[in-house]
Amino acid sequence: MEAYLDNSATTRVFPEVGELVMRAMAEDYGNPSSMHRKGVEAEKYIKEATAGLAKLLKVQDKELFYTSGGTESDNWALIGTAMANRREGDHIIVTDMEHPAVSAPADYLEKQGFSVTRLPVDRQGRVDPGTLAEAVTDRTILASVMYVNNEIGSVQDIAALAECVHRKNPRTYFHTDAIQAFGKYRIYPKRQGIDLLSASSHKIHGPKGVGLLYVDSRVKIVPVIHGGGQQQGMRSGTDNVPGVAGFGLAARLSYEEFEAKREHFYKLKKRLTEGLLAMENVVIHGMAPEEGAPHIVSAAFPGVRSEVLLHSLEDRGVYVSAGSACSTHKRNASPTMRAIHAPRELSEATVRFSMAETTTQEEIEYCLETLGKLLGTLRRYKR
Amino acid sequence: MYRMFLIKYAEIGVKGKNRYLFEDALVSQIKRTLKRVEGRFSVTKESGRIYVQAVGEFDYEETVEALQTVFGVVGICPVVLLADEGYDRLSEDVIAYMDRTYPDKHRSFKVQVRRARKTYPLDSMELGRMLGGDILHAFPDFSVDVHHPQILLRVEIREHIYVYSEIIPGPGGMPLGTNGKAMLLLSGGIDSPVAGYMIAKRGVMVDAVYFHAPPYTSDRAKNKVVDLARLVSRYSGPMRLHVVNFTDIQLYIYDQCPHDELTIIMRRYMMKIAEEIAGKEGSMALITGESIGQVASQTVQSLAVTNEVCTMPVFRPLIGFDKQEIVDVSLKINTYETSIQPFEDCCTIFVARHPVTKPNLNVIRRSEENLAEKIDGMLKEAVDTAELIEIDG
Repeated sequence: MEAYLDNSATTRVFPEVGELVMRAMAEDYGNPSSMHRKGVEAEKYIKEATAGLAKLLKVQDKELFYTSGGTESDNWALIGTAMANRREGDHIIVTDMEHPAVSAPADYLEKQGFSVTRLPVDRQGRVDPGTLAEAVTDRTILASVMYVNNEIGSVQDIAALAECVHRKNPRTYFHTDAIQAFGKYRIYPKRQGIDLLSASSHKIHGPKGVGLLYVDSRVKIVPVIHGGGQQQGMRSGTDNVPGVAGFGLAARLSYEEFEAKREHFYKLKKRLTEGLLAMENVVIHGMAPEEGAPHIVSAAFPGVRSEVLLHSLEDRGVYVSAGSACSTHKRNASPTMRAIHAPRELSEATVRFSMAETTTQEEIEYCLETLGKLLGTLRRYKR
Repeated sequence: MYRMFLIKYAEIGVKGKNRYLFEDALVSQIKRTLKRVEGRFSVTKESGRIYVQAVGEFDYEETVEALQTVFGVVGICPVVLLADEGYDRLSEDVIAYMDRTYPDKHRSFKVQVRRARKTYPLDSMELGRMLGGDILHAFPDFSVDVHHPQILLRVEIREHIYVYSEIIPGPGGMPLGTNGKAMLLLSGGIDSPVAGYMIAKRGVMVDAVYFHAPPYTSDRAKNKVVDLARLVSRYSGPMRLHVVNFTDIQLYIYDQCPHDELTIIMRRYMMKIAEEIAGKEGSMALITGESIGQVASQTVQSLAVTNEVCTMPVFRPLIGFDKQEIVDVSLKINTYETSIQPFEDCCTIFVARHPVTKPNLNVIRRSEENLAEKIDGMLKEAVDTAELIEIDG
């Protein structure tokens, strides 16, 4: 049996999405910038995807821009607004537990002379609206708060946070990295006060290499990628027709029968959490299961190094991740583990289980059963 | 402008009647190595010299780089090949060569002519003097120094005329395949690839064994070792890498023996396994990257205790090296970047906080008695189930 429980790292493409991507590559392979018919045909794919995504988010088509993925979207949101507004301000706010796609460009901007505030989070990974409001000054260009944390699944009350920011300084933009949230929550930027939002295709069963940045039409932002002037001159580069088409379809499918899926997710999560807590000496990070994201469970198994547990599970067909998949090459505790002040014996023993709508009850049972068999032996052998 | 390289070799020139064997080995190693380079080459042995000649288009940089990985090569001389069209043309070409090769003319030189084709109308001394005079006339900044020239310009009159002056250093050593075969204990670290390189440099073919301990070491750690083996095999030629699953033995030792002796006992069994596989594969010695005192298991006492299990000679080419000296070689052979990727190898996972540094052989043997029940079967299984990966850099 195999149980792929690393869906926050990436997901399997929906079969329909794969077919559409293939068609956009092999049949309607034109370049939307071409004036001839082949270009027009290809352009249709983009238009259709954009219309669908705009409808899901209840925004205008022209407020959506495609990028090479979540990392580029986040970079652009921070660097593009900072550069465009540096005469009005010089201050950026992020949180302590952002993905490196946000924290690294923030560090970069700091080196360029901007001042950066990094907000603490509580043990559950929550940002306090009061603290956020306090940090906003009349020089603050942007505040960026992650919607769903990728490692422990904490969810922010984005509308409340955005409101705090805007009440303190109406000119401050609110950005959210919604890469783990898109597809799992109904997100309406206009109603929630989100000025910029990043999302990624491959986390929701779309192809890799494509993401989007929603930019409210009032936002002043400059491009980071310059070139042939595609996407209203805001993000140059030949349109990624197969990627965007696949992303559009994947998003539409993800939100179909949304309520039923949500219920399915929480049922799986409840079973997984209960099963884990029934084992000896297991600690679950983050918010209470029903408050946190539906698809992420982060658990520490003190006495077992997470890498060792991961490889033991892998041998038995269970795929999980140790911290964030992007940071396998770094040996230090992950940013989120540091932000929630997880003690070392927990952070180095933490494994993330992340589910998809295609995950089954059987997979969860198999995972729990396998863990139950492994823990005793693994705990016996240690340094 | 260069179409040809003259290959210089030293040590193999002094091997008496076996000389041709060494030369043939060198020729075949050069041919093998040049297969990975863009272009076609003919490699010939001619009156005590080896020439590499490009047939058609080729990549000069890549060719030199590849030749620099062939053991036995002491120097690589890029040669300009001229058709014999009379003295005036030769003089012009030689002047042009000097101009191109040495933009800064404030140097001393000497022309050395060798006349293999004795029918050439001018004799060596005469031709040398004339060419030297013409060069000086064209570029008065040059000066002649017949005793210690900075540039030694060689002109060889054969069927064609060969002109060369530069010598690019090669790796030295002896051609591969002239000195038997040995088994390298390859870990993911900095030292063992360097040790393999150094023994291969003496003409020894190298195979390797790696101890894999899933789930304590990951597939990425194994891939890293495969990458390292590939880098070493750029020099050492095709390599058979044996991946031994060592987990069960390690856990058994952990269960049965004192914790602070774990590393030393583990290393003794690694040597045994390596020797067993070496014997089967026709290797006559083991190679390790050990260096005295570098870690607890490499004190003289530990080395003695580890060595005791083997009957094959164990080559430890780094034994007197400091870490920095080892790093310098690993940078030169391009294994350093790969070696420092941070994956656990199986030597570090269960290391005790204070491992023994002065193990006593009798004490260790007594501890090993605790393993008597299962260890022979486990060793056999480890050898029998080893995975073979064939590597050709």
